[in-house]
Amino acid sequence: MTNMLDQVFVLLKHRIVGLVPMPVQPILGAVLSVVAILAVFPGLFAISVLLERKGLGRMQNRIGPNRVGPLGVLQPVADGIKALIKEDLVPYSADHVVHFLAPVVLVVVVFMGYAVLPMGRNMTFVPMDAGLLFYFAMGASAELSIFMAGWSSRNKYSLLGAMRAVAQMISYEVPLLLSSVVIVMMTGSLSLDKIVEVQNQYTWGLPHWFVFTPMGFAAFVMFAIAATAETNRSPFDLPEGESELVAGYFTEYSGFKFAEFFLGEYVAMLSISGLGATLFLGGWSAPLEILNVVPSWFWFFAKIMVWICFYIWMRGTFPRLRQDQLMNFAWKFVLPMTLLNLLVAGLWRFMGEGWLRWVVCSAILLAAYVLGGRIGMRSKKFGPRSYRYAE
Amino acid sequence: MSESLLEAWNRPPTIEVDGEGELLEVAMGPHHPSTHGVFRMDVVLDGERVIKLKPVFGYLHRNHEQIGQTVGYLQMMPYTDRLDYFCSLTNNWAYALAVEKLVGQAVPERAEYIRVILAELTRIQNHASTIGFLTQEMGASGTPLMYAFREREKILDLFESLTGSRMMCNYMRFGGCRVDMTEAHLNAARKIVTGLPRFIDEFENLLTSNEILMARSQGMGVLKPDLAVNAGITGPMLRASGVNYDIRKVDHYGIYDRFSFRVPLGEHGDIYDRYMVRVLEMRESLKILEQALKDIPAGPFIDPKAKIRGFKPKPGEAYGRIEAPKGELGFYLISDGGTSPYRFRIRPPSFINLTVLEDMCIGQNVADVVVVFGSVDIVLGEVDR
Repeated sequence: MTNMLDQVFVLLKHRIVGLVPMPVQPILGAVLSVVAILAVFPGLFAISVLLERKGLGRMQNRIGPNRVGPLGVLQPVADGIKALIKEDLVPYSADHVVHFLAPVVLVVVVFMGYAVLPMGRNMTFVPMDAGLLFYFAMGASAELSIFMAGWSSRNKYSLLGAMRAVAQMISYEVPLLLSSVVIVMMTGSLSLDKIVEVQNQYTWGLPHWFVFTPMGFAAFVMFAIAATAETNRSPFDLPEGESELVAGYFTEYSGFKFAEFFLGEYVAMLSISGLGATLFLGGWSAPLEILNVVPSWFWFFAKIMVWICFYIWMRGTFPRLRQDQLMNFAWKFVLPMTLLNLLVAGLWRFMGEGWLRWVVCSAILLAAYVLGGRIGMRSKKFGPRSYRYAE
Repeated sequence: MSESLLEAWNRPPTIEVDGEGELLEVAMGPHHPSTHGVFRMDVVLDGERVIKLKPVFGYLHRNHEQIGQTVGYLQMMPYTDRLDYFCSLTNNWAYALAVEKLVGQAVPERAEYIRVILAELTRIQNHASTIGFLTQEMGASGTPLMYAFREREKILDLFESLTGSRMMCNYMRFGGCRVDMTEAHLNAARKIVTGLPRFIDEFENLLTSNEILMARSQGMGVLKPDLAVNAGITGPMLRASGVNYDIRKVDHYGIYDRFSFRVPLGEHGDIYDRYMVRVLEMRESLKILEQALKDIPAGPFIDPKAKIRGFKPKPGEAYGRIEAPKGELGFYLISDGGTSPYRFRIRPPSFINLTVLEDMCIGQNVADVVVVFGSVDIVLGEVDR
């Protein structure tokens, strides 16, 4: 029964594909997978937008949307209709072709990334050997779309936003990749299915997730930071920088093209959360052995939503960094830490089983973190101050 | 032959300045999310660095001074509400003070206490929302702002129940106040004052030691004390630069000598100092409020013999100034013996504090411009008048 529920979507797909003649079956299988992705993730996008608006509202002593439908749950539908029927304005001197293509490119590449994510047991749409590589290739293509949008709009705010976005995303691509390489070193595979399989083992009922190893944890933290910057979320939302650049690279977009950017941003956020969950939090594996009765796909989506909640929490708390501070942080702190992490991962590999490697690896990383933080703070010219009073 | 419209559109958005290479000229405002209304900054950028900044005023000009010279003295009172619409009560007070000086009108003690209580409440709500807007401009998605607005709401509710209006209070009169502050109002004020320290602590927990806030504000937008004095900067901005000048202490207007409070001073004159000076001033205002709410005497809330309307002051002049939340707010009146002033002049703190914007912004990042701008604390109604 448990197994049945776990594999319900896989079995359903096989049943449907089995209905058609043999030569058509691969095509129908592909179409069904695409339809599933295009149905599930925009739905999840709507839920996370609603969650963000309600959650952020609660953090800010507001109620959030509560007019459309019971408790405002139909708000995303209303937003969607609004975006569809709004006039689509294109600036007079914009490069019309590129202006039109930019949001399309964004949506296409962010959805491509889902092809390799294992969303449950046997639920990877394209079980590719170099899945991780494919994912990052797709993620990097999103920068192209942002630059297209900023350049073609012929707006100074858009241009500044695109400049920032390209600089920021290229800078954070490096730590994002390097922190994932640690996992590749530990599993010896670029295949995301293999990575989840390795983590889906239990000792005393506890899982073998990479986040519970010293370098896995360090890589997890670095990955979370880089992923936040990669998806332009607060406190790294400089390319949009509402208070400075109006809306950044999509200032000149309205109507459904704007909605496409919005969709692309959230879907990219969901997909990078999914990758983070796959690499560090065991993908679809259950957090405790006894919880394996719950279907695997539930765990995958639960982990994504936890990650999204974390993003919302950060957005409700932090102000935004400045461009130079962001770059300094990427190149002077995150990148050295990820490089060191690679060395530690190698050391872990060659020290063999035992408690010694835990102590040594943790000590190296902790010392580097503390030392790096101290040096970083000392070179900065800020800190708490005390104030005097007249008289 | 002038260039066609299409050519003008297609011209690259850069300008050439000798020796500086290609620069980008951006008009921030009047339609911009963080210009607090209709204000424009013509910024010349080298990459993201600001080379030149030209503030453009006047989009909200409403001819205040001319109106003041045509309407009667009392009729001008509601217009003063519209100057700095965040702090209408202090505007009222400054104007009433100027007219009282002009006609030699004394104010009963209870009215003085009421004025102090309302002015300090106004100061607290102004500073809290200013800090909220400042963090908003740093990119905090509204959380500090909404925290500040929650407290401001309580204070505005009190104003509403007392004066009938939340923001356009029109409450002060020459020789006192329009209506009495009853025991119920005073109790409401006491309740607000007991709740405020907890709010300020919470606010500081969220912001003061936040590393991003410190990194964004410390050492940014520095205003040197000598420039501040020369440019006529007043209020928290001047004190953040380390100059001890608080009109409540200097001028002894009203009954401020009776209360013990301290004047916090900054050292560096940067954005963080301006933020902290405002936080500390809120705490000092609370001290004043506690004392005033304890000591407030019984008695008339307005001088019964005072002439409110239709009076003709003797020819002469008067300058009434107070420490408004944003700085020195002054009204200068010249009477020629008529029913309206011969000359009506406003000294707006927002406008004068804004004149040093370029000095604070040059060499900074474009992202810092809006934060520096937010730290000045302006209301466009007062800048453009």
